[in-house]
Amino acid sequence: MNRYPLWRYLIIGFALVISIIYTLPNFFGEVPAVQIAPLKVTAKIDAAVIQTVEQTLKANAIGLDGIFTDTNSIKVRFRDTDTQLKAKDVLDQALNPDRDSPSFILALNLISASPRWFSSINALPMYLGLDLRGGIHFLLQVDLPSALVKRLDGQVGYIRNALREKKISYSSIAREGQSIVIKFRDAGMREKGQSEIERLTPDLALKTAEGPGEFRLTATLTPQAQTETQKSAIEQNITTLRNRVNELGVAEPIIQQQGVDRIVVQLPGVQDPARAKDILGRTASLEIRMVEAQASDPAGRDYDPAKIEAAKSGNVPFGTELFYERHGNVVEPLLLSKQVIITGERLTKASPTFDSRDQRPVVSIELDGQGARIMRDVTRDAVKRRMAVLLIEKGKPEVITAPTIQDQLGGNFQITGSRTPRDANDLALLLRAGALAAPMDIIEERTVGPSLGAENIKIGFHSTWIGFTLIALFMIAYYRVMGVISIVALAINVLFLVALLSMLQATLTLPGMAGIALTVGMAIDANVLINERIREELRNGNTPQAAIYAGYDRAWGTIIDSNITTLIAGAMLFLLGSGPVKGFAVVLCLGILTSLFSAVMVSRSIVNLHYGSRRRLDHISIGQVWKAGAEAKESVKR
Amino acid sequence: MRYALIFNVISVITFLVAVVSLATKGLNFGVDFTGGTVMEVSYKQAPDVNKIREAIAKLGFTDAAVQTFGTSRDVLIRLPVKQGLSGARLSDRVFNHICQTEALSTNASFEAVCPQAIRSYCERRSKEPDALKFDQQWTSDGGPVYDCSKPLANRDDEAKVTLRRVEFVGPQVGSELVENGALALLFVSLGIVAYLALRFEWKFGVAAIIANLHDVVIILGFFSLFQWEFSLTVLAAVLAILGYSVNESVVVFDRIRENFRKMRKASVTTVIDNAITRTMSRTIITHGCTQMMVTSMLIFGGETLHYFALALTIGICFGIYSSVLVASPIVMWLRVSREDLVKPEKKTDIGAVI
Repeated sequence: MNRYPLWRYLIIGFALVISIIYTLPNFFGEVPAVQIAPLKVTAKIDAAVIQTVEQTLKANAIGLDGIFTDTNSIKVRFRDTDTQLKAKDVLDQALNPDRDSPSFILALNLISASPRWFSSINALPMYLGLDLRGGIHFLLQVDLPSALVKRLDGQVGYIRNALREKKISYSSIAREGQSIVIKFRDAGMREKGQSEIERLTPDLALKTAEGPGEFRLTATLTPQAQTETQKSAIEQNITTLRNRVNELGVAEPIIQQQGVDRIVVQLPGVQDPARAKDILGRTASLEIRMVEAQASDPAGRDYDPAKIEAAKSGNVPFGTELFYERHGNVVEPLLLSKQVIITGERLTKASPTFDSRDQRPVVSIELDGQGARIMRDVTRDAVKRRMAVLLIEKGKPEVITAPTIQDQLGGNFQITGSRTPRDANDLALLLRAGALAAPMDIIEERTVGPSLGAENIKIGFHSTWIGFTLIALFMIAYYRVMGVISIVALAINVLFLVALLSMLQATLTLPGMAGIALTVGMAIDANVLINERIREELRNGNTPQAAIYAGYDRAWGTIIDSNITTLIAGAMLFLLGSGPVKGFAVVLCLGILTSLFSAVMVSRSIVNLHYGSRRRLDHISIGQVWKAGAEAKESVKR
Repeated sequence: MRYALIFNVISVITFLVAVVSLATKGLNFGVDFTGGTVMEVSYKQAPDVNKIREAIAKLGFTDAAVQTFGTSRDVLIRLPVKQGLSGARLSDRVFNHICQTEALSTNASFEAVCPQAIRSYCERRSKEPDALKFDQQWTSDGGPVYDCSKPLANRDDEAKVTLRRVEFVGPQVGSELVENGALALLFVSLGIVAYLALRFEWKFGVAAIIANLHDVVIILGFFSLFQWEFSLTVLAAVLAILGYSVNESVVVFDRIRENFRKMRKASVTTVIDNAITRTMSRTIITHGCTQMMVTSMLIFGGETLHYFALALTIGICFGIYSSVLVASPIVMWLRVSREDLVKPEKKTDIGAVI
C-alpha cells in the first residue's frame, strides 16, 4: 500500500532537477559588466554594434568573459573591476565617436557569474529589490487634472481660430474650470458655432444654456477624450522620465505606471539621491509664442526699437510681454505675444541632426496632428517673422531660442542657427525637457545605501538559516527518522521556493526573505500533522504500514484546509498591498504551494522508498509513541 | 470545556484592555502611514543624540524623533510632513546640519565628515545653469562654502557620518495605505468565513473568524499599549497571522468533524474536548517550530524586521490559545450538532477507511 508508481518518482525527480538548475545561478555571485544601451532613437543594438564591441576590446587587448544581448541592451562581462572600468572608457570612445551627442549610453553593472548556458535557458539569480541591492525608489504622482486643463486651453485657441475663420461671431470664449464657455449674441450664431465645433473635433461634448441676453455653449471633454488625454499624459511623462534617467546612466532602471496616475521609478545602484532627484524633479513646460517686436535686425519683420525701448521702461503694450533672449554674451530684448501658439504637449520629437543641404547642425522638430494644423495656420502669414520658444522651469519662463520663420511650417520642421552640434543637442534636450505633459510630484522616496543592502541580505539569510537549523534539530530529536525525512522535505521546499522565485524573476525584498523564513516555519506544520497522525494510528494499534498510509491520507484534508485559508490571506495581501508587502505576499503564496507539494508528495515518496518496500515492517522510527495513559484508554473506548 | 468559561473571561479582559488602549492611545503609525521622512544615519563614533536633536530642532522640527537603534552609532531620525518643503530639500537640509554639528564637535572639516554631501553638491552644481542661485540655495540649506574646482581628497568610506537610508512618504500615500489595509483585513476575513462555511459549516467560519479577529485586536492592542511603531511590514505580519492562526482553528475543526463521525454516542462537549486533546501536541510542536523561526528573525533580523517578528510572536502565542480556547467554545455555544457536519450517506465510507 505504500508504494508509489514510477511516474510519481519521475515527477519528483524532474521537479528537483529543474529546481536545482534554476537555483544554481544564485550561488555564483556577481561579476562586473558594462551595459550598453541605445540612447538615441536612431541607435540600435545589432550585430554591427556587437562586432564593434568585440573588435574594440580585441584591439585594446582587454579580455572579456562573455557578451550577453537582450531586447535592447548588450552586457559585456569582465573578470574584475579594473578591466571593467578600462573597457568602459575604450568602448565609450569607440561607440560614441561624437562626444557631444552620444548614441549609446554605457553603464557599469553587476551581472551573474554563472556559466553562459544558464542564461540561455533563462536561469537567472533572484531579482533583488532595492532594499537588498541598494538604490533609489521614487513614486511620482502625475497631476492629471492639470493635463486636462492644458488640453482644454489648447482647444480654446483652436475653436477661436475656427470660429473666426468661418466668420461666426461670438462675444467671448474662455475656459472655466474643466469646461469651455462660449457666449454668443444670438441663437442662430450659436447653432452655427455648435455645428462647426462638432465638425472640428469629436472630443468635446456640447451643451447649450441661456442667460440674460446671452446664448451660451458649454464644451467639456468627453469621457473617452479624458481617458485618452490622461493616458497620453502618463505615457509622455514616462518617456520623458526614461530620457532623464538615461542621462544618469543607470544599468537597470524600472520606470512604470502604478495605478491610474502614478509612476514608479527605481534606480538600483544609484548612490547619489540628490543628483537623481535633481534630474527627475526638473519640472518644465514649453510654449511657442510669436515675437511682436524686436530691435536687433532692421531688415527683419516687426523691427520696432521704439516699442522695445518703451517696454523696457515699463510701458508694455497690451497682450504682450517683455523677455530677454540670451545666447552667449548677447542679450536680446524681445516683445512676445501673450497668446500661446502651441505648448510642449504637441511636441512629439526634438532631436539634433544635420541639415541635408549644407550639413549645418539643426534641431529637427516633429509635432502631432493638431500641433501641425495650428502651426500651418499660424505661419501662413508669418513668413520672416520670428517665433520664440519659451521653457518654463520652476515657474520662470526663459526664451531658449527665437528663430525666424523661413516658410510655412507643418508637422515637421527644423530649427537652424545652432553653431555647433553641441548647441543643437542642448537645444533638443531643452525642448524635450519641456515636453512633460503634466506636472509631477515626488510623493514617496526611498533610498537605501549599498552597504545597508548587503547587510539586509546577510540578516535575512542568517535568520532563515538559524531558524532552519533549530527546527531541524528539534524535528530530528523528536521524530527520529521521520523527522529526518520531514527536514529533507523542508529543505526541498526551500529549494523549490528559491527556484520558483528565480524563474519568475519576482522581486525579492527583505520582507520577502522574512516570508521565506515564515513559510519554512509554517511548512513544517504539514509534516508535524502527518507525523502526529501516524503516531496516533500506531497508538491505536495499527500496523506500521497501515499507520503510514492512514497518517498521510487523513492529514491531507487538514493540510489542504489550513493552507487554503493562509493562501486567501496571502492573495489579499498581494492584491491590496504595495511595495514590500507585495513582495512578502508573493513569497507567502508561492511558499504555500511548494510546501503542499514537498511536505506531502516528496516526504511520502521518501517514506515509501524507505519503508514501503519492506514486507514485514514492525517498527517506524518516529520517536516515542505513548501507548499507556488516559488517551489510549479513550481511544479504546471508541 | 470545563475551563472554557475561565479562559473566555481572560480573553475578554485582554481584549477589553486592547480595545481601550486602541481607543485612548491609538496606534503609533509609522512614516508609511502618516507621511513624513525617515533618515538612517551611521556614525564612525557614537554621537551625542541630544546634540543631533538640538540641531534638528533649530531647523524648526520640534517634533522630530531622534533615536539610536541596534548599535549606538546608528541613528534614526523621523521627521513629520512639513508643508511647502519637498522631501528632497528636506533630507538635504537635515543631513547638512547633522554634518555641520558633527564637524563642530569633532573639530574636523565638513568635507572630512561628509565627503558624500560635498561630492553630490559639486556634481549637481556642475550641471546647474545658474551656479550662483544654486549656491544660495545650498548655503541656505546648511551647506558649507566649498570650492568645487579643487579635487576632494576624502574618500567616501572614510566619512565620519554616512546617510544610509532616506524614506520620504507623502501624506496622500499614507491615507491610501490605511484604507487598503482595512480593506485587506475585511476581505481576508470574508474569504476565510466563506471558505470555512463551504468546507465545514457557517458556525465554524464565524467561530474561527471571531477567534482570529480577537488575535488581531490583541496584537494591535500591544502595539498601541507600548506605542511600538506600526509600519507597513507590521500590517503584513498582522494579515499573515490572520491566515496563519486560522490554520490552527481549522485543524481543531477538522478533528471535531472526524470525531462526530467516529464517536457516534459521545456528547458534543466530549467530541470537542477529545479533538482539542488530540491536536494539542501538534499545535505545540508546529507553533514551537514557527516560533523558533520568528525568534531567530527577532534576534538577528535587525531594525526592519524587529516589529514584524514581534507582531508574529504575539500573534502566534495568542493564536494557539485563541483557536483552542476561544474558537472551540464559540462553536459549542453556537450549538453545533452532529447533523451539521455528518451527512447520512457518508456513513458507509467511514468503515472503509479504517
